[in-house]
Amino acid sequence: MNTPPTLYIEGPAFWTPTLPGWDAASAAFRGEGTLADPPAKRPSPQVLAPAERRRAPDTVALALEVAAAAIAGADRNAADVPCVFTSAHGDLSINDYMCSTLAGDPKMLSPTKFHNSVHNAAVGYWTIGTGCMAASNAVSAYGHSFAAGLLEAAVQCAADQTPVLLVGYDAPTVGALASVTDSRGLLAVALVIAPERTARTVASLDWSLVGDGAATGPHSAAAATLKDINPMADALPLFEALAQAPGSADAPIDLPLSAALALRLRLQAAG
Amino acid sequence: MPSRISPLHISAYTATSAVGVGKEAHADALAHSRSGLRANDFGDAPLPTWIGRVDGLEDVRLPESAASWDCRNNRLAWLGLQADGFLEAVAAARKKYGATRIALVLGTSTASIGETELAYTQLDADGNFPPDQRRAAVHTPHSLAMFVQQVLGIDGPSETISTACSSSAKVFASAERLIRLGLADAAVVGGADTLCGSVLFGFNSLELVSTEPCRPFDAARKGISLGEAAGFALVERVQPGAPATPLLLGYGEASDAHHMSTPHPEGLGAERALDDALARAGLAADAIDYINMHGTASQKNDEVEGALVARRFPAHTHASSTKGFMGHTLGAAGIVEAVVCLLAIERGLMPGTVNTRTLDEGFGPQLKLEPATGEVRYALSNSFGFGGNNCALVFGKAVNA
Repeated sequence: MNTPPTLYIEGPAFWTPTLPGWDAASAAFRGEGTLADPPAKRPSPQVLAPAERRRAPDTVALALEVAAAAIAGADRNAADVPCVFTSAHGDLSINDYMCSTLAGDPKMLSPTKFHNSVHNAAVGYWTIGTGCMAASNAVSAYGHSFAAGLLEAAVQCAADQTPVLLVGYDAPTVGALASVTDSRGLLAVALVIAPERTARTVASLDWSLVGDGAATGPHSAAAATLKDINPMADALPLFEALAQAPGSADAPIDLPLSAALALRLRLQAAG
Repeated sequence: MPSRISPLHISAYTATSAVGVGKEAHADALAHSRSGLRANDFGDAPLPTWIGRVDGLEDVRLPESAASWDCRNNRLAWLGLQADGFLEAVAAARKKYGATRIALVLGTSTASIGETELAYTQLDADGNFPPDQRRAAVHTPHSLAMFVQQVLGIDGPSETISTACSSSAKVFASAERLIRLGLADAAVVGGADTLCGSVLFGFNSLELVSTEPCRPFDAARKGISLGEAAGFALVERVQPGAPATPLLLGYGEASDAHHMSTPHPEGLGAERALDDALARAGLAADAIDYINMHGTASQKNDEVEGALVARRFPAHTHASSTKGFMGHTLGAAGIVEAVVCLLAIERGLMPGTVNTRTLDEGFGPQLKLEPATGEVRYALSNSFGFGGNNCALVFGKAVNA
C-alpha cells in the first residue's frame, strides 16, 4: 500500500472529569500526576458567549473546550483552520429528549433542541464562535470513530497541504438509550495535524493503512481508568505517547478502522 | 484557492426517491415535470404538509445475513443499492481492486433514528428497549454505513459524514482525497435518509414546513416539503479505455460561521464553496451549463442562493431546484442531486422547478421553471446544511480516451 507523507502534530488537548486538561492528563500518563478529586463537572469553553455557554449541550461544551485548547497549543488562528469533529454517538441526551418527546407529545418538540440534534452541532458552534469559514466536517464510525476521524483529518491535511483541527468527543448515555449504548462519561481529545514542522510541533506522525493491526491498549494506570469511558478511549494510546516524548524505536500504535483494516501510527518527538 | 485536481470517473450511479427507483424513473419524472410529492400520510398523527415518500419500503426485506440491520433507513438503502446494476458494478470493482482497496463514505443526517423513535414507543416496564430493539449498532449514526459495507462486502476505510443537509455531497470530497493519496483505488459514496418524527416535527417546530407542495424560488413560497431518498455512486481513477462515464471534476467545502439554522445573509460560505469547487475543476463560472440548486423553498435559503446564482452566473446558465420532485431529502439530498446532474450530463436533460408558479422578482434569468434539452458539459450541484455547512460539486462530461 502507498505510504502517505509524514505529518506533524501540534497542540494535543484532552478533557475528562478526572483529567480536565492536557497538563493534568499528560502528567498522569507519565505517572507524575493524580486524578482530579472530586472530578470536574463539565468544561466551560470561553469561545461561547456566557449565555450560550450555559445553554450549550454537554457535547458542545466538551468539544469546544478541547478544540480551543488545541488551537491555542498550536498557536494558530482558528478562523483559518479546516476542522474535522468525530463522535460515535453525538449528543445522546438530546437523542433521548427527541425520542421521548416524539413518543409523548411530538408537537412539543423544542426548535433549539432540534437544531442542536444534528451531528454537526458542535462543529457548527465552533465555526460560528471562531469565525471559521474553512471546510468543517462531522464524522462518525461507531466503535472506530476516533480512528476514522483521525484518518479523515490526516488525509485532508496531506491532500490539501493544510493544517486540520481534529476533535473527538463522546458523552454518557442517558434514559432508555442505556439499553443499547454503554458510553459512561465525558471524554474529548483534540490536536492539530500540520503538513510541515513548526515551532509548535510536538511529534512527527508517519501513518499508513495496514491489514493486520490489533488495537493498541493504554499503558499507564491513569489511562487504564478511562479505557471503557466512551468510544474516544481509542485515542488514549496516542495521547499517552504524545505525553512521553515518543521515539522511533517505540512500537507503532494501531487503531482499528474495521475488522480488516487498521490505521498504523509511528510518532517521533520533535527535537 | 485550492489547486486543480485530477478528474475521477463515476463508473456507476443510482438514486431512489419519491419519484421512483433508479435512473430511468428519475429521468422520466424530470423530463415530464412529474412531482412525487403527496399529502403527508406518515405516522399516526401526520402534520398538514406534503412529503416525498418512497413507496413499498414497508415490504422491503433485507438479505437474511444482514437481517439484524432492519430499519426503514437500511431498507431504503437496500432498495436503492439493487437498482441500475449498482451491486454488480461494486462486485466487479471488488474483484479488480480487492475489498480493502474500496473505501465507503456515506452521508446521512438522521441514519436510523426512526427505529430509535420506534423503540421509545415500545419500552418495557423498566423503561428499557424491548429485546428485539437491543441492536446497539442500529441505533447509531454509522448504522447505514456498517450495513452497506456488509452487503457490498467491501473492507476499505469507512466513515459516515453527518453534516445535516450537505452530508452526502461532502462524501465525494472525502473519497477523492483518499483516492488521490493512494489509500483507496475506488470508493462507494452516497447516502440515505428516511422520513421520521424527528425531522417532520423538528422542521415543523422551526416553522419551516410548508402546508402545500414546496415551491422553490416562488415569490409566495411557504417552506419546505420533506422527503426520503437513497443514492450511491462508484468513483474510480480515470483509466485509459474505460467506458466514457461522467467525471467528478471538483468540490468545495466551506462554513458560514454565522448561525445554526439560518444561512449567511450574503451567502459567503456558499460562495466560498462554489469558488473552491470551480478552482478544483479548473473552470470559470460561465462554463457551467446546468446548476442543481439547493433550493429548499425556505424563505432564507432561496433568497440567499438565488442572489448568489444571479450575481455569479451568465444569463444562459440553466438553474433549477428539484426539491419539488422528491422533497428535501436532507442528508440524502447531496447524492440524489448529484445523480440529477449526472443524468443531465449523460442525457442532455436539464430539469425545471416543479410546483413553482411565479418566480420571486429578485432572482436572475438563470432560474428555469420548465425543463430543457441541450448539451450539458459541466454541471454544478449546491448543498447547504444546518450549522452553516456548505458543499458545491462540479461534474463533467467524459472525454473519450
